[in-house]
Amino acid sequence: MKILVAVKRVIDYNVQIRVKEDGSGIATDNVKMSTNPPDDNAIEEAVKIKEAGKATEIVAITVGEEKAQETVRKALAVGADRGIHVKVDGILEPLAVSKILQKVVDKEKPDLVFMGKQAIDDDCNQTGQMLSALLNWPQATFASKIEVKDNKLEVTREIDEGLETIEINVPAIVTCDLRLNEPRYASLPNIMKAKKKPIEEIAASDLGVDVAPRLEQLKVEEPPKRKAGIKVANVAELVQKLKNEAKVI
Amino acid sequence: MSRESMEYDVVIIGGGPSGLSTAIKLKQLDPNLNVCLLEKASEIGAHILSGNVFETRALDELLPNWRELNSPIKTKVTKEKFLFLGKTKSLSWPTWLLPTVQQNHKNYIISLANLCRWLAEQAEALGVEIFPGFPASEILYNEDGSVKGVATQDMGIDKEGNKKDSFEPGIELLGKVTVFAEGCRGHLGKQLIEKFELNKGKDPQQYGIGFKEIWEIEDKNHEEGLVMHTAGWPLDNNTYGGSFMYHAENKQVFLGYVIGLDYKNPHLSPYDEFQRFKTHPAIKKIIEGGKRISYGARALIEGGLQSLPRMFMPGALLVGCDAGTLNMPKIKGSHTAMKSGMIAAETVNEHFKENKDLSVYEDKFKNSWLHKELYEARNVKPSFSWGLILGIIFTGIDQILFRGKLPFTLKHKHADHETLKPADQSPKIDYPKYDNIITFDKTSSVYLTGTNHVDNQPVHLKLKDPNLPINYTLKKFDEPAQRYCPAGVYEVQKENDINKFVINSQNCIHCKTCDIKEPSQNITWITPEGGGGPKYGNM
Repeated sequence: MKILVAVKRVIDYNVQIRVKEDGSGIATDNVKMSTNPPDDNAIEEAVKIKEAGKATEIVAITVGEEKAQETVRKALAVGADRGIHVKVDGILEPLAVSKILQKVVDKEKPDLVFMGKQAIDDDCNQTGQMLSALLNWPQATFASKIEVKDNKLEVTREIDEGLETIEINVPAIVTCDLRLNEPRYASLPNIMKAKKKPIEEIAASDLGVDVAPRLEQLKVEEPPKRKAGIKVANVAELVQKLKNEAKVI
Repeated sequence: MSRESMEYDVVIIGGGPSGLSTAIKLKQLDPNLNVCLLEKASEIGAHILSGNVFETRALDELLPNWRELNSPIKTKVTKEKFLFLGKTKSLSWPTWLLPTVQQNHKNYIISLANLCRWLAEQAEALGVEIFPGFPASEILYNEDGSVKGVATQDMGIDKEGNKKDSFEPGIELLGKVTVFAEGCRGHLGKQLIEKFELNKGKDPQQYGIGFKEIWEIEDKNHEEGLVMHTAGWPLDNNTYGGSFMYHAENKQVFLGYVIGLDYKNPHLSPYDEFQRFKTHPAIKKIIEGGKRISYGARALIEGGLQSLPRMFMPGALLVGCDAGTLNMPKIKGSHTAMKSGMIAAETVNEHFKENKDLSVYEDKFKNSWLHKELYEARNVKPSFSWGLILGIIFTGIDQILFRGKLPFTLKHKHADHETLKPADQSPKIDYPKYDNIITFDKTSSVYLTGTNHVDNQPVHLKLKDPNLPINYTLKKFDEPAQRYCPAGVYEVQKENDINKFVINSQNCIHCKTCDIKEPSQNITWITPEGGGGPKYGNM
């Protein structure tokens, strides 16, 4: 079985996001970038499946600018066998990424496609679902547990009501939740070895996909600042303030 | 369990200006050398913090074509100001009356973090293997006692020291020569200085704590290329320190404050002095209406030549501020750090090719412009132990009239951890409340640093005696760690009327001040899990 894992380069989750002064977007100059956290879970799960002898090859893929390749390199350092980098500059919407992934799936013919349930930068949560529709493959989203059974997957999903376990046929798309596993560290020798693993570079135009954005971004702004709180002396004052000032009771 | 090991010709610890210059120079001298460089931050530059007004002298020698290599050195200094601050007034000091070492017209306003990122690209292009996110946590020795290399930190250990599922053992990196370039108060450098008695016969090292904020300010207040320094308020005559404000590109100013860690009053809070400083009318009018976008702090070396340890030992060299090559009156350490790294690289190359002893480093250092610079600068910092006014008068005579050539050398008498007076003999300081416009609390400041340490890992700030903070330091000095830490790591909390010393190690921004200033030297800073600490962008 062959697994294709999609990874995205995003602003590191520890960095405080700063909106550009002119409202045109987010400041990214020299900001620390990392792999989208749930994508790390997707890679980890694929590696675990391969270690259990249930997969033969893991291909890591990213779509994006030159530096996005770092995320593929990191995937190679934790166990992916080879990489693909589809080069695109500028804004990329989930639909464009799904179409690119569809073309790559046609070529690579993986049995499974894994990716994070959503990216922490735009929080779209669409790419996996759209890819499933484009390929007409079954999907299991928000996976917190995956079991490979012959030509089927048993997937536990994190849903509002609790956990839902479903069985789907392979080939399939799985989008991964943070609870799925604890991603391993890339060890120094493995980082060295990863430098020698192949990464195929493909221009998006060669795939014949129109990546032009379908949405127009009007403005990016920070959420309004929270006003400072006040201390009240006693319960009576609290009730009085809730009644008369906040008008919530 | 035995660790894997990897062998290199040279292993460099630390990806700052000194370590990267060592690496680049080594590969220039001999492209066949195997050189690797370890960096504890998640990426090069993420733990670097500096003013920075950059003198290009060392870079001109290292990469003479730097202007053609798309370097991040763009903003030339166009104008200089020096102000003495009173509580509300300010007095401008004519720049022609400044010692030449404090004149900056040939220099550039840069972000040192970005310079390091760019230097790392140059080093990688030359074939240096750079590993960010891997702190060197342990020095390895040969049987004959010489340095053999370092080991990286184990990853995936929980608070109690047990291995987690993700456990990944450290790696031994063995070098024919190991170069330590950890910056001020490197935790391995500190061990080497002690083991090899590198500071024998030298004055105690002197340190400062430096704060920096980046502000985006209104157009009308911004003057790209302007460099301004201040002395005086809010510090008293007996506390050494001052501010910097550099107008960089993109309407940004780099605003900072440095305070000597030889301060005496345990009630003093360096962080709050910096915050208060910003409320001075001469400063406030510039940043008012602007927005603070970054914060950070880092200890720096101020001891100069008198305190500079011997920089060679069997199998290893110290470079940059891991030894202490900062030029205090110039308020610059980047070009000197780079030069020390370049000399170290020449030494290592001759050691390999001509079998010369590593002690050649000392001769090369003494014959370089770096030594001349530090020699001429040597008397400035110690003269300020007489107070600001006498210090300035002496510095005027020493630097303007004699250009650092006075026939004597002043000594540093005390280590910084020895200077605190008991709390009950020192005046309490009332710091104004933060207004959240110009001044901010520590929590919101640390938030801007992007600091994180993976949870459930052992505390990386070790107490030799866990009871000392409450039983002794709190009583005698009102536990100054609560105030000298710029990130709010240390707190004394009352629980059921019993005082408890709390270490919020996940907030640590790796400045090393606690390791320096703790009066009993009770706190030891060690490396946390790789990649932890701040994630500075353009510091």
